[in-house]
Amino acid sequence: MLTLTINGTPRQVDVPDDMPLLWVLRDVLDMTGTKFGCGIAQCGACTVHMNGEAVRSCVLPASAAVGQQITTIEAMAQHPVGHKVQQAWLDVEVVQCGYCQSGQIMSATALLAATPKPTDADIDAAMAGNICRCGTYVRIRDAIKQVAQS
Amino acid sequence: MAHTALSRRAILRIGLAAGGGLLAGMHLPGFARAADAAPLAPNSFIRIATDGTITLIMPDVEVGQGIYTSATMLIAEELEVGLDQVRLEAAPPDDGRTTDLLKSYTSPVLKQQATGGSASIRGDWQRLRQAGAQVRMMLIAAAAQRWQVDPAACHAARAVVSGPDGRRAGYGELAEAAAAQPVPATIPLKSVDQFKLIGTSPRRLDTPSKVDGSCVYGIDVKVPDMKVGTVAACPVTGGTLRSLDDSAARKLPGVRDVVRIDNAVAVIGDHFWAAKQGLAALQIEWDLGPYARMATADLVKALDIASQRDSDVIAKQEGDAEAAIAKAARKVSAAYEIPFLSHAPMEPINTTIHVRADGADLWVGTQVPARAQKTITDATGLPPEKVQVHNHLMGGAFGRRLDVDSIQQAVLIAKQVSYPVKLIWTREEDIQHDLYRPYYFDRLSAGLDDKGTVVGWTHKVSGSSVTARWVPIGMQQDGKLDPDAVEGAAETPYDLPAMRVGYTRVEPPGVVTAWWRGVGPNHNVFMVESFIDELAAAANQDPVAFRRNLLGKNPRARAVLDLAAAKSGWGETLPQGVGRGISLQFAFGTYMAHVLEAEVTRRGEVRIRRCTVALDCGTAIMPDGVVAQVQGGLIFGLGTALYNEITWQDGRVQQSNFNDYRAMRIDEAPRIDVYRIANDQAPGGIGETGTVAAAPALVNAIYAATGKRLRRLPVGSQLVSA
Amino acid sequence: MRRLWLAMGLFLLGAGAARADAPADLVKRGEYLTRAADCASCHTGPDGREFVGGYKFTLPFGTLYAPNITPDKQTGIGDYTDEEFVAALQRGVGHGGKHLYPVMPYTAYTLMGRDDVLAIKAYLFSLQPVQAVPPPNAMRFPFDQRWLMVFWNLLNNPDHRFQPDTTRPADWNRGAYLVEALGHCQQCHTPRNFMQALNTGQPFAGAVAQDWVAYNLTSDKESGIGAWSDQDLATFLSTGHAQGHGSASGPMAEAVDHSLRYLNPDDIHAMVVYLRGIPAIHDAPPPSQPPVADALGARVFQDACASCHRPDGAGRETPYAALAGSHSTRDPHGGNLLQVVLHGGRIATGGATAFMPSFSGAYTDEELTAVANWTIGHFGSQSGQVTRQDVAKVRPSNAAPSAQRAAPGS
Repeated sequence: MLTLTINGTPRQVDVPDDMPLLWVLRDVLDMTGTKFGCGIAQCGACTVHMNGEAVRSCVLPASAAVGQQITTIEAMAQHPVGHKVQQAWLDVEVVQCGYCQSGQIMSATALLAATPKPTDADIDAAMAGNICRCGTYVRIRDAIKQVAQS
Repeated sequence: MAHTALSRRAILRIGLAAGGGLLAGMHLPGFARAADAAPLAPNSFIRIATDGTITLIMPDVEVGQGIYTSATMLIAEELEVGLDQVRLEAAPPDDGRTTDLLKSYTSPVLKQQATGGSASIRGDWQRLRQAGAQVRMMLIAAAAQRWQVDPAACHAARAVVSGPDGRRAGYGELAEAAAAQPVPATIPLKSVDQFKLIGTSPRRLDTPSKVDGSCVYGIDVKVPDMKVGTVAACPVTGGTLRSLDDSAARKLPGVRDVVRIDNAVAVIGDHFWAAKQGLAALQIEWDLGPYARMATADLVKALDIASQRDSDVIAKQEGDAEAAIAKAARKVSAAYEIPFLSHAPMEPINTTIHVRADGADLWVGTQVPARAQKTITDATGLPPEKVQVHNHLMGGAFGRRLDVDSIQQAVLIAKQVSYPVKLIWTREEDIQHDLYRPYYFDRLSAGLDDKGTVVGWTHKVSGSSVTARWVPIGMQQDGKLDPDAVEGAAETPYDLPAMRVGYTRVEPPGVVTAWWRGVGPNHNVFMVESFIDELAAAANQDPVAFRRNLLGKNPRARAVLDLAAAKSGWGETLPQGVGRGISLQFAFGTYMAHVLEAEVTRRGEVRIRRCTVALDCGTAIMPDGVVAQVQGGLIFGLGTALYNEITWQDGRVQQSNFNDYRAMRIDEAPRIDVYRIANDQAPGGIGETGTVAAAPALVNAIYAATGKRLRRLPVGSQLVSA
Repeated sequence: MRRLWLAMGLFLLGAGAARADAPADLVKRGEYLTRAADCASCHTGPDGREFVGGYKFTLPFGTLYAPNITPDKQTGIGDYTDEEFVAALQRGVGHGGKHLYPVMPYTAYTLMGRDDVLAIKAYLFSLQPVQAVPPPNAMRFPFDQRWLMVFWNLLNNPDHRFQPDTTRPADWNRGAYLVEALGHCQQCHTPRNFMQALNTGQPFAGAVAQDWVAYNLTSDKESGIGAWSDQDLATFLSTGHAQGHGSASGPMAEAVDHSLRYLNPDDIHAMVVYLRGIPAIHDAPPPSQPPVADALGARVFQDACASCHRPDGAGRETPYAALAGSHSTRDPHGGNLLQVVLHGGRIATGGATAFMPSFSGAYTDEELTAVANWTIGHFGSQSGQVTRQDVAKVRPSNAAPSAQRAAPGS
């Protein structure tokens, strides 16, 4: 039995130590906002925050999340930066299929929380790990800049 | 701005609570349709209940292209309702037997229930507006009858009919009376100047749930007692399962079942991780079948050989192109190749299914609901009315979800267990068991006179026919001509005096080919626009000027060409190693010109600096959606052109995941400027167009930057000097 | 564990008398020794089944495949008598007098006592027999003439048992036995001479084995492991990772995976004690060249690598992804870095499996050269000397054809 702190709430889960956090969230806790895309930390669809930093939950063993603050897309509406990012995503009409966007928003929020006025290079470095097959990158960049300017 | 957006969201939320949910069909369990009792439903797209609930049934599926919003706009424009006043539902399967377009979910363009080929708006433009107008006329007629006034004295807005003297009645209270009205025989539609919604860019209806994680894609489905499985299919197409030792897998905690079918094994567990661990613990022996030695090089060789002989069938013949070329002052020939491709949508293939003795439920994201249903009825013997298809929003498709192979596999597995099972393919399974965009090997020749004018043009297409597999009835000329294989080749934007376009079908043994974003034009526009560029170079003419001279009879094409050239700064000096390339297309009813500026470093690295697109798609329902599709389509096409190919060795696909099947990333994405020529022509398709325009402008820009002509995709390491 | 230790101690004191172990104990002891001798690393098949053989060795003289060592009578070692099994491990002579190739580390195993050898046999014979035939060896003439190994053995296999050094403490002796006999560490970490025999003048000085760099394990502070703390060394051996020293990859990851992680803390401690005493050998420092300022390398890193390794190389999802301070990033020629980038890596330890996918399929030689040199410069503080030719050499031979074929037409 592991105790994970997810969106501020302690959750007891009976899972193997090596089960990636992604599947604990999706299949055990029914929090399906965090997405499965590749399973090898190449696409970023599964991005969550661990102590405020963007991590790929598909390769993060559940045991490594014990004692850490895990935050998911479901809590972004209450996140001081996250809700601004979500609003910018809607204002700029970033989203197409939307499947990668939970991860994009998590990465962007971690970036903006640490670096409120990111340069283009900062955006590249923080967001290059998140693939969008619909190709919404142009608008992702615009939306991040909109938050930075607000 | 932020304020209105929030209020819209709030309204949608309220709608969710009150009406059972926007996107009601997307919400589970979804067995009962709340508005089934709606009295007013004279066509297939609108149901109005007495409580005022207005349900719109979406004939097209939402894969990210925004159709749920633009289709809703078409209906709402004529129905006179606000976008915040409707709930949306996915259409159920439709076997296409009804020919009345207002009663059918089949695509008027594709002639079956399918979303693809940038056909949705073109097919819905008339019928969805008619559907909205039809219901509005019946509601007004009912109100006029109740008030004993002339219908012409009444008008509708925001789901309320208003009459003389300030009388008002909501659509809900009129629904029953409206249903008793005669269905109007003629349905006049608004003129362009009366549009309130069409031509505006409202907030998309599906995006709020996609930014807060609440959107339920197929992969997010959860039904009671459901278990989760994952699948390993034989790594070689046509192979079968020989033996299986599942003793270790069955001992793992959380593993519930190991299910075998002819060519695959599924492990089912309490969660995906248990299933995946179980799959890894299996000892599987495959009988690899007849394609166990198959390699890409052999497939390409067969195409090369076929492309050298005369085509099996002629798709287009005008004048005597070969004689004209033979007599020409200058003859140019080139062969081009484009690779097999995977779709790799972000949401991996998944199917949730429950097969019982008395019925079945399927929860999936599919571009072809009727085919999905038929797959289940065929495999179970159940009648269609016992097979519920709950279609979902899709995390991308790009043509992948026009096929039902994964549903076929899922039903064979689900028949062997009693509970609902969600089968999720790993990304590796998704890429290695995709159905692939065909490899094409085309040869083009042309003759130029001494002024550099084209006097003859031949184009031989060789490759697999997707049409022959997927919709054999679509084959032409005794089943020999695949119209998709020559789309964009048989008809080009150019005025070519003598031309001959042929097709030879060459099926790659051991590979199943499929639709892929951009379909026929994606293949042929690359060939034609690469070759036109080569001709311009041979004629020593500017590529834009050379094209312009061939567009005398095509003013809309010339207009986008001129606009793209002007907006991109065509002709302005660029630094060493940087070049501009142009491409022009008329595809899916839309004219598009694209100027791409690329830098090629000394080490062969390509950096795309800027893309400038000019387009004429006729009426744009949602202009910002048009821009978004072009931006996204370009990035999809550019990443593919730079990096992607599927190859086989020993019958196995060599790529597996995003580490070896690369996607373009944000730091590679160029600035993209899109300019639209507005007019009142009928709307063209847009979803495929950006992807089509990507590769030809890229290789033409590389040529401009380096003098090196790439005749094969992907760019890969071809520019790295040896 | 303590009991086992004592049993081993008895053996080290020369007790060759008949064992009193009950068979179950014997099998258990054999299992531990089989782990310590890391039989599984080489005798695991490509499908992951342990002891069935099929692991491929690419040698200067040809290609060898590890045989099946399950007790199957036709295809495994089910017909081996005790004498034959002892002869195989101690003298390199197999069933029916067939000479083994010294890729089987019998030059190390020869140091093992007969009791330990037979305990290993007892364990292997307790396994389920599996019918499995590895691919045929492809050694070039004259190396395909196994009988020639008689002469090689005369020169290179002294055929003698471990003799404890009574002037040294028991843990040193135990460590020596584990490192030299069972662990056969020198097989990779000591350079080889022209006969492919170990260069006895350079013990543990580092070498290239199976295309991977086996690092200098001597107590030299710069070239070797002299600057590592005992704790770091012990942690690295038992988990494949130590903070600030990176992670084991390639064959060392396999050694941790199949062998070292099963060893008890006393044995790990003993190995550390022994390794500490290996005389320092200093490597010549790499020629100093200015680092290449490279935007391409930085970009490839942020695209493909930073998700796991983090922009600062500290690792993120798993400490195994930490790059800073690792041997691999400090090697200017990037030997192991290229191996792991092009072929991927995997290490299983108690908790979880850490893995890295291969990046050979979609990245050009140019890109991988750039990212290797950038990584070495950024995290190893060395001037990366990796060339495109280095990458091409390591690239798997079945790379996608676009890199290989000339353009058609024109």
